[in-house]
Amino acid sequence: MSNYFVDIKNMSFYRGDRAIYDDISIQIPRGKITVIMGPSGTGKTTLLRLIGGQLKPDSGDIFLDGKNVPLLNRKDLYAVRKKIGMLFQSGALFTDINVFDNVAFPLREHTDFSESIIRDIVLMKLQSVGLRGAAQLMPSELSGGMARRAALARAFALDPELVMYDEPFAGQDPISMGVVVSLIKRLNQSVGMTSVLVSHDVAESLSIADYAYILSEGQVVAKGTPEEIKKSTDERVVQFLGGLPDGPVPFHFDAPDYQQHMNMYPNKKGALV
Amino acid sequence: MTFVQNIGAITLDWLISVGRSGLFIVQSILHKPKSLRVATQLFIKQLYSVGVLSLVIIMVSGLFIGMVLALQGYTILVKFGSEQAVGQLLALTLLRELSPVVAALLFAGRACSALTAEIGLMKATEQLSSLEMMGVDPYRRIIAPRFLAGLVCLPILSLVFSTVGVLGGEFVAVDWLGIHGGSFWSLMQQSVYFSTDVVNGVIKAFCFAIATTWIAVYQGYECEPTSEGISRATTRTVVLGSLSILALDFILTAAMFGDF
Amino acid sequence: MKSKQLELFVGLFIVLGFASLAYLAIQVSGLGSIGKGDVYQIQARFEDIGGLTERAKVSVSGVTIGEVESIVLDKELYMALVTLNINTDMAVIPVDSAAAILTNGLLGEKYIGISIGAEEEYLKNGDEITDTQSALVLETLISQFLFESTSGDDE
Repeated sequence: MSNYFVDIKNMSFYRGDRAIYDDISIQIPRGKITVIMGPSGTGKTTLLRLIGGQLKPDSGDIFLDGKNVPLLNRKDLYAVRKKIGMLFQSGALFTDINVFDNVAFPLREHTDFSESIIRDIVLMKLQSVGLRGAAQLMPSELSGGMARRAALARAFALDPELVMYDEPFAGQDPISMGVVVSLIKRLNQSVGMTSVLVSHDVAESLSIADYAYILSEGQVVAKGTPEEIKKSTDERVVQFLGGLPDGPVPFHFDAPDYQQHMNMYPNKKGALV
Repeated sequence: MTFVQNIGAITLDWLISVGRSGLFIVQSILHKPKSLRVATQLFIKQLYSVGVLSLVIIMVSGLFIGMVLALQGYTILVKFGSEQAVGQLLALTLLRELSPVVAALLFAGRACSALTAEIGLMKATEQLSSLEMMGVDPYRRIIAPRFLAGLVCLPILSLVFSTVGVLGGEFVAVDWLGIHGGSFWSLMQQSVYFSTDVVNGVIKAFCFAIATTWIAVYQGYECEPTSEGISRATTRTVVLGSLSILALDFILTAAMFGDF
Repeated sequence: MKSKQLELFVGLFIVLGFASLAYLAIQVSGLGSIGKGDVYQIQARFEDIGGLTERAKVSVSGVTIGEVESIVLDKELYMALVTLNINTDMAVIPVDSAAAILTNGLLGEKYIGISIGAEEEYLKNGDEITDTQSALVLETLISQFLFESTSGDDE
């Protein structure tokens, strides 16, 4: 058995002509929390979708627990996904059923447990995210942070071997952010599952990570333990970690020279040429 | 050359989307349900939102269309002294044409647009993605029950439309305009044949149901997951659905009632 | 919404559908009055059937007792051979009855009217009505009328 739960080898993925990933290799060790960071627009969510088999890479392999995901047929793919829990950025709770049924959903779908066992498991999971009292609420009645926690309980419902978090800290107030951080850490330690976190919140991510990758423009620019990352002298890493506006990662979108641009005349459509 | 190339590209795109939507619906309904109980529950829930919720608009429209038909038919037929034939006119028009077509058009506007919007919203809020990542096939879970419910509901709605229309027409013709009830019904019964008129109407409604519900679920599933994308997809559902109903109606009428 | 309540509404909806179907079958297409089930067949040859069609009504004293099953041309006699389906409970048509093609109103449908004879023997399955009267064709009637009125002038 490989030490890596997810092993991405020489994978390239294009959207149109633009390379989202260019010959990239990422290893996600078993039982550890791996954080994948990078500026917005580097396709971090895309990476999770590639691991989950929702998208197919243009070249390269993605091994998930020894199985090459892009080559699986529909049936095997759905079987593999039962090992995966995913927390979506928006929570993605089912809006037509209440919190309890949301968490119970994967259990009812994939197990033959009786309703009373399912009830016990669901209440346990909700207790662990502090939402046992909100079991009967509809998703529309929850705040953003509560929805994220309820979704977390759902992602954990089947005790998956791999949990993928898509921007778990984005848009959270400091208190619920702290709650989510400690939740992820605690859940990972207690069950020993593999976690992949995609985020651009540097401090929180590095505080819980065992291992981190920094991506930029389709390439891995740094990898290692948080300490190694922090010690890195690579300009792009320093810029990203420090949040500096000037550096190798351009703040400005490609544009002609500023001075020259201001002296141009607008064409009929109002665009500057 | 570019013009020809454009036409070729558009045709290819169109063929690809036809093929994709075909595979989409076949994959959706050819699933063996995992648990019959859950599948039935999902199906019943969709029967409610697709069928029961469309019932009021169908009944009210059917009533008024029946009444208008009786009134219009009467004013023309009375000139030839054969106003008793208004029942015949009413029943045949409703059963062969108006019930399936108008019920289907209303269905496209009421139920199919809602289906597209609902599925589109599920896509935009990542609910479909999260189903996939949970190892639950959205085709089986979301698409199949909605499509099948549409197939069952529209023929029923069309039958209800006919019945309410005949009752409304009878009210106007017999109770209001004073046509003799006996001749109203007997002329109707003489000219209406169950095996052709009623059954063909149901077949028509079933064909319309396939077309409109197919378009609705496909547009919802393939829509761009943004607010504008959903609203565009909903509009496309109603427009494409209505056009396909009318085009199909011509083909089916020619096949069923034309003597060639 | 409670699941039971939802199921109740769906149940009502489906029952309403079947009720509509039954209503359209019985009241609108009059399926109840002519049972397709038990019929026996008799035949009749006509000189001219006018606009008679298959499934036209067959009636005695204005009461429908059956319908036209098929119309073919008898190649030996060059007459129309009409096969009628008559309900079995109406198996009391005397052998010397006459069949005529009549019109429902001036512009209405053609149907077959049977005038009952006096014999005590009844028609059985496969028998033929020999006494037939063809359809009145309007053009023939008019030309007859014109011919008779001109010949009347000559006398």
